[in-house]
Formats: sequence, C-alpha cells, structure tokens
Amino acid sequence: MAKLPPYTTTGGYIWHYTYLAICGLIFLFLIFPILVIVPLSFNAIPYFSFTEKMLSFDPEGYSLRWYIEFLNSLNWQGAIKNSFIIAIFSTIISTFLGTLAALGLSRPNFPFKTTIMGILISPMVVPLIISAAGMFFFYSRIGLQGTFIGVILAHAALATPFVLITVTATLVGFDRSLTRSAATLGASPTRTFFKITVPLITPGVISGALFAFVTSFDEVVVILFVGSYRQRTIPWQMFSGIREQISPTILAVATILTILSILMLTAMELLRRRNERMRGMAPK
Amino acid sequence: MTDQVTTQEVLTTADGVPLKISLKRAMRKKMITSLLLVTPLFLFILLTFLMPITDMLLRSVDNKIVGELLPRTIPLFSGWDENGQELPGEDIYRAMVEDIKEGAEAKTILRLGRRLNFERSGMSSLFRKSARTIKRIEQPDSYKAAMIKIDKRWGDINLWRLIKRERGSFTNSHFLSAIDRQSNDDGTIGPKPEYKQIYIKLFVRTMTLSLLITFMTVLLGYPISYLLATLPTKISNMLMILVLLPFWTSLLVRTTAWIALLQKEGVINDLMVAIGIISNDHRIVMIHNKTGTILAMTHILLPFMVLPLFSVMKTIPVSYMRAARSLGATRFTAFRRIYLPNSIPGIGAGGILVFILAIGYYITPELVGGVSGTFISNMIAYHIQGSLNWGLGAALGTLLLMLVLALYILYDKIVGIDNMKLG
Repeated sequence: MAKLPPYTTTGGYIWHYTYLAICGLIFLFLIFPILVIVPLSFNAIPYFSFTEKMLSFDPEGYSLRWYIEFLNSLNWQGAIKNSFIIAIFSTIISTFLGTLAALGLSRPNFPFKTTIMGILISPMVVPLIISAAGMFFFYSRIGLQGTFIGVILAHAALATPFVLITVTATLVGFDRSLTRSAATLGASPTRTFFKITVPLITPGVISGALFAFVTSFDEVVVILFVGSYRQRTIPWQMFSGIREQISPTILAVATILTILSILMLTAMELLRRRNERMRGMAPK
Repeated sequence: MTDQVTTQEVLTTADGVPLKISLKRAMRKKMITSLLLVTPLFLFILLTFLMPITDMLLRSVDNKIVGELLPRTIPLFSGWDENGQELPGEDIYRAMVEDIKEGAEAKTILRLGRRLNFERSGMSSLFRKSARTIKRIEQPDSYKAAMIKIDKRWGDINLWRLIKRERGSFTNSHFLSAIDRQSNDDGTIGPKPEYKQIYIKLFVRTMTLSLLITFMTVLLGYPISYLLATLPTKISNMLMILVLLPFWTSLLVRTTAWIALLQKEGVINDLMVAIGIISNDHRIVMIHNKTGTILAMTHILLPFMVLPLFSVMKTIPVSYMRAARSLGATRFTAFRRIYLPNSIPGIGAGGILVFILAIGYYITPELVGGVSGTFISNMIAYHIQGSLNWGLGAALGTLLLMLVLALYILYDKIVGIDNMKLG
C-alpha cells in the first residue's frame, strides 16, 4: 500500500489517489467538527459562527470572554467541583471493586464464569436511558435520587465494567508461573501478591481507573435522571446550556474538555506501551 | 488389580496428609478466596444496577395503586357482571363513595385519577370533581342516584368496566399502549385510534435511522480501516489518533460541534452562502431534524465501527490479495472474492455494536433531533420527566431492553462478548 509497484497502470494510479482522497475526506469528517469549535470558542460575539473579523485574523474578532465567563460563573464553578467529586469517588469505588472481582474471576475454573461476567458487565450493555430510568425509579424509592451518594453509586455501577474488562485483559496475559516461582522461593501469598501480581497488573488497573474516571466525568444521561441541580456536573450543565440559552461558553468548555481528552489519550497510550514493555519482560 | 493400587503407599505431604486431599483442600481454599473477591462487586451491581432494572420491569406492569385506593370497592366487583348491560349495584356505589371520601381526605385520590386518566381521558377531572363534592353525600336514599347527580359520568357503564378491568395488582395496559393497542369497552384488545398511534412508528423510526447510521458507518469506516490496516505501523498509528481523538472526546462536545456546524447561522451554511451555492435567504435547515441526528450520530459512532473493523483487517494477510491478482483477478474481483469475505466478521462486529449503541441513544437525538429525528429513548425520558406516565415509560423501556438484549445475544453468537474491545 505504501508504495505502488512499478507495473501499476494509469488507471491504477488514478484509483489509488482517488481512494486516498476519499480517505482524507473521511478523516476530515472525523476531526473537523472537533477542531472547528476551538477557534469559535474565542469568538468576540455571542454567535456560533465565524465573523468577518475572525476570518481576516483581526485580533478584535477574538477574545477570551467566554473562558472568563466560564471561570466566573457560579453555575460552572459548582459543576466543575461536582464533576471532580463525583468522578473521583466513583472511580475509587469502581476501581477497587472491579480489580478485586477481576482477580477472582481470572482463576481458570471459576464456576459460571461467563454468566457472572455477563451480569457484572451488564451496566455497560444496557442502554443508558434504561439504566437511567431504572435508577431513577429505584433511587427515588430509597431516597437516593437527587443526592451525591446516589449519583456516585450510579456512576460507579456504570464504570465497573470498564475496570473489570481492562484488568481482566491484563490478567489474561499474566504469566502464572511467576507467582508459582515466588511461592516456591518461599514468599507468602501476601508477599507474592504485592511483589509480583500488583506491579504487573498496575498498568491495567490505572487504565481501568482512567476509563472509570472518564465514564463518570463524561456521563450525562444518568445524571440527568438521578441527579438534580445540586449535583450538576459539567455535562449536566452543558446539556441544560445547549437546551436553554446557547452561548459560546459551551464552546469554551468543549475546547477545555477536548484538551483534557487529548491528555487522557496520551496517558492511555503511555500506559499501553508500559504494559507491553512489562509483558516483554515476562518469560514466555 | 484394584486392591494393589489402594494398598500401595499413598503420596503424602510433609505433615502426613495424603497429597490428593491436601491438593483438594488448597484448591477449595483458593476457590473460596476468588469467590470472596467477586462477591463485593456482585452485591454492588445487584444493589445499584440490577435492582433498579428490576424495579423498572415491575413498574411496567405494576397497578397496585387501584387496589390500594379503592379497598372497599374492588372486592365487591366480583358480584357485578361487566358484560351485562346493568350498572353496578347499590353496594358498589356506596363502597366507591366511601373510598373516594377517604381518598379525598388523605389527598391520595387524585393519584388514582391520574392513573386512570392514562386509560381514558377525563378520569382525572372526574375524580377531582367527585373528591370535592362527595362530602355532600350523607345517608342518601340511593348512593347510585347521588353519585350520578354529582357527575353523570358515574352512570356510564364503560367507566365501571374500565375500573373493574384495572382492578388487579398487575396491568397489561402500559404494554398495550406501548404497542399502540388498547382494551376496548367490551374487553377485547384492539388498535388505538389512528391519531394516537405513535409508538410503533417511533420504534420503526428508531430502527430505520439506526440501520441507516450503521450503514453510513460501514460506508465511511471501511475505506479508512483498510487504509489503517495496510499502511506501515508508524503512519497508521499517527492516523489512528484521528479516530481515537473523537472516540475519547466527550459526547456532548461532539454534539455541540455539530450544532455549531449545522445550524442555520452555522459554519456550513455560512460557507455555502459565502461561496454562493445558496443565497442568504435560503439557508438549509440541517439540524433539529433527521439530517442532524444522522450526521451527528454517524460521526459519534464511526470509531466504534473502525476499531473492530481495523482489528479484523489487520489479520488478513496482504499476500492473499497479491495471490489473487497474480492469478489473474482484476483489482475489483480480488477485493470482492478475497478481501471482502475475509473482512465480513469485522463488519458484523462493528455493525451490531453500532446498531445496539444507536437504538438506545438519547442525548444526541434530544439535542439535534428536533421532532422528526427523535428516538424511542426520548419518548421514555419524556414519560418519566414530562408526562409522568411512569408505567408507560417503563413499558417502553422494557421493550427497548428486550430488543437490545436480543441483539447482544446475536452479537455474542457472531463475535463473542469477550472479544469486545475498548479501543
């Protein structure tokens, strides 16, 4: 694919470059909407479109006012704080429970493994609107609707499947002879666990935790039903912002979130590489 | 022979326990440990997720409110034949008066009115009015006459038939509504009046739009997956970022971006006006309708197609195509006979995944779908937050859940749930 062979016909050349052009357009379709919001968020006027001043790169056409508004608004300040509180607590719960369960489930002859795995990852499978509806009904019955605990529990439930899957994936490539060697060399199970198992699964746990964090941080359907204004998160605030009075503040928030996701993507990639390196160390 | 084996010296561990037993013991201990490790999460999911889902499933058939609020009336219904032409007897009317009096005092009767209003409009106002005026009925000669005097609807036999039909703790009326059916006055089940038939249409629209979106993701995902799978790793890793960045970007950010692009004063319309394709007065409406939903959701779900497709294509050896070409196949034939069949599992995996995700989508259709681009999930949300017809919302949710679970079973058959990739 990289280089066309010398016997390529003219038709072949035309086809090849047409194909590349089509791919280019599709990549543009993927990335353009995300990139376009960045300049728009620096708009000096409250519209979602490019002004003439912006197009002629007149500095007057650009301003930071939406970023300032975002940082000064009490609504958004509360949303940022809540987002982090909810995401951090639900990440802690889901990472802890998910990692434990993954360790348990990784045993080769665990009874009803597939069924239990199916049940445990069901929050990922069921459409969010249905989880949201069910949680709304049930949590209002037991008085958790509209509380931080309710939202944290709901988000933790949605995030555990991701932790479970990533940690399980790490354990699949886990070389069991390492723990056995540790045991034959006289290490106690606890020591083996902390000296051998933990360092090897840490990348998986961290990426699982990152997944969990993003799941909660980005989650918008369940919070709309289980949460209320007091638990408003950034997505909650964005959703109501888009529905009510749409202002470029939303675009400023979107830009910040995009930068966060780029950071997150980099972190995941680094973790993946580290994980591969660690695997490379394990004797096959 | 067997005797010999048993009498042979049994292998033991250092402390004299037979090795077999010791091994068994160790295995059991490990098994218990792993069970203990899984239990907390299992209980957690049960409490925070499975019980809510069960709650929703039960709510779709739950009808306890009628029995709770009409405790005197309901048991008497067995003495009345709803298929006859006679109104209920004096005893039922008297029980109803007492039930409404009690309900009016506890202010609960309006809830009953609201519940029955979903079956027949006007019930809510009837109960409200009766609750207000029923105090006047004190030791009348005829409870029946007194009630009909309050509101002549109490003399309508079909109203009593409705109450008797809905007397049980469970009802099928929400599910009937969810598929545009209703119980007729004579007890048979028939279609709703034409103007009230919306849910089947909505289910069909959800499915067709989801199919269309799935098709679009295949159409757009296939060429770039092929490119990514055949380019040298270094370049394809770079290009992969273009797929992963949207994948990792918040759903709301991407939806917002599409609003900025598609709206009437948005980027695309501005661009088209600027280069003169359309005039300023004829800006194209691309959002708050089907187009908006399709475009935005195709964009949002495209990575879910590319990632599985890419991982399947990566396993197809390049030499297959070369072999086909060298055997005389044209570029097209080689693709159609060799590459395409080999990549079908990827299309299947990505396709079902995208379709499942699409039919349950809520946020994007809600924000860019307007009226013609909304899905069944938007109707569920509306019944829970807007109309407060929770039973119907739960019934629609149950149907959607069944649909998704059926698709997942299909997905499991074709791909295997374990192969689900997270990118």
